[in-house]
Amino acid sequence: MSNDDQTYSAAGEVAMVVTRRTWAQRAWRELKKAPITAWFGLIVIAAYMFVAIFAPWVAPYSESQVFDTPYAPWSSEFIFGTDQLGRDVWTRLVYGARNTIGIAVATTLLSFLIGGSLGVMAAINRSWLDQGLSRFVDVLMAIPSLIFSLMLLSIFGSNVWNLIMIIAVLDSTRVFRLARAVSLNVVVMDYVEASRLRGESLGWVMRNDILPNILPPLVAEFGLRFCFVFLTIASLSFLGVGIQPPTADWGSMVRENAQLISFAEYDMKAAMTPLLPAGAIALLTVAVNFVVDWFLHKTSGIRDEK
Amino acid sequence: MHPILKTILQRLGLGLLTLFVVSIIIFSSMQFLPGDFATAVLGQSATPETVAAFRKELGLNDPAVVRYIQWIGGVVQGDFGSSFSGRSAGREREVMELIAPRLWNTLFLAGLTAAIAVPLSLALGITAALYRNSLYDRTINATTLTTISFPEFFVAYILILLLATLWKVFPSLANVRPDTPLMDRIYMCALPALTLTLVIVAHMMRMTRAAIINLLASPYIEMARLKGVSSSKVILKHALPNAWAPIVNVIAFNLAYLVVGVVVVEVVFVYPGIGQLMVDAVSTRDIPVVQACALIFAATYILLNLFADIVSIVTNPRLLHPR
Repeated sequence: MSNDDQTYSAAGEVAMVVTRRTWAQRAWRELKKAPITAWFGLIVIAAYMFVAIFAPWVAPYSESQVFDTPYAPWSSEFIFGTDQLGRDVWTRLVYGARNTIGIAVATTLLSFLIGGSLGVMAAINRSWLDQGLSRFVDVLMAIPSLIFSLMLLSIFGSNVWNLIMIIAVLDSTRVFRLARAVSLNVVVMDYVEASRLRGESLGWVMRNDILPNILPPLVAEFGLRFCFVFLTIASLSFLGVGIQPPTADWGSMVRENAQLISFAEYDMKAAMTPLLPAGAIALLTVAVNFVVDWFLHKTSGIRDEK
Repeated sequence: MHPILKTILQRLGLGLLTLFVVSIIIFSSMQFLPGDFATAVLGQSATPETVAAFRKELGLNDPAVVRYIQWIGGVVQGDFGSSFSGRSAGREREVMELIAPRLWNTLFLAGLTAAIAVPLSLALGITAALYRNSLYDRTINATTLTTISFPEFFVAYILILLLATLWKVFPSLANVRPDTPLMDRIYMCALPALTLTLVIVAHMMRMTRAAIINLLASPYIEMARLKGVSSSKVILKHALPNAWAPIVNVIAFNLAYLVVGVVVVEVVFVYPGIGQLMVDAVSTRDIPVVQACALIFAATYILLNLFADIVSIVTNPRLLHPR
């Protein structure tokens, strides 16, 4: 509304000072300011998620369909050739995205559920529970996690559920430390004490008073933990004790096609086949790292040393 | 007693306590074995008597505390019990026999890597701090950031593709034998060592650079600059001595990381080390071997971290004179 001699709108003038934006508009404004690396990361993550969710439509064949020629060369029929049993590599890559990323996300979520809730509880309690959990975590962290998970897998046997449980528990130690450290700053606040005096339950205080205040560091940590869990699962599968065949998975695909690399002189394309799943793993880790970097810059204002 | 000696003794005691608890955890993992495990190891044809004898030999009929004391007593004397593999055929292999030669191989590989990686990362870190924000600095930073987020086997296979199959500079397999001469051994270990170096240099180099640049803002460095000392001398003579504590800390941390990285790299290059032994034992569920390897890895990891702690105490002058 214009301000001429006849009409005057205070609301029109005020509205120019403060613009109320929807969540999507605010997100878009932030994204426009994001550096190119963050954009790259976001696009790569979106592409991976698309492929993982729509795997049956993206892949030309089904997950464990076996063709006659093992180690077939790259062609129009098999874009990246076939593997040692004659399964289409491109199809396996697409389904691998679904399995590998899905399992890694589930594991990270579980580890945040365990580590986060125990960490906040320890911070509220600050006595025997805190002491007991913290010392226990110290001991668990003294054993390298890859070695520990190898040992536990040998005892419980390698299947997907054991893999998720073992890695989630081992990884939750680091989440526990972070969640405990950040919530220690929050539990001393007056509003937390007020809630407790009001007689709110422990779960209510954790959900409504503490969780919203410790979320930003936990979200950034989620990205980093996801990378770590993802690499651990890929390494274990590569070692042959992680995700078991016939489930398509990038780590075991590298292992199964590794011999092809020695034929690089004769067929460069075939030699690239084992590098495709390994490259897919590397690309996703780099992308997530870029996004986490940007997010950390935004939330904490940490700048690189110059 | 000197306060620093007291701190060090405290750390040592804490380290030993951790080691003790870790050994209990590794031992008690045996308790979670499924009930039919003896049958699984001995095969379907085992008679109930052999199964009972096997359970007795494992000591599954004794209380856990007694078994732990027997086990840890053996471990201290270098006796890890006998392996499960090939047991149904009536042969027995001592775990120690399997581990001893492989442990030496692994230590050789880790030592070779450390000998390349530590001086290299120090040199890169110091020069990057010297020429900071130059093209050189930015190139190194970008390269190391990428290698840090790659899985070890990706780096390993790229190196194999480039240096073993396209240009046949190094062999792609590192299957050394006990009688391999030293020079051949180094030559065969070149690619595994290079892979591990690429993986750990990034972290050490960035830490060195950050530690030095952090110090460059302090007043005494400015004083030295104003006196007209050259910038390389400022870094080497004035900044570096005060940066040792964080640098040594991150070096020890990365050597401890080598312990884990070595498992994957040994499998890629078929290197007969303790990591490969552990992976094989995990897939055949050969628990005594797994326990022994896990204990060795965990002990190395704990000791290196303990060493890092102690070095950072000793090199920090502020801790030498506590208020």
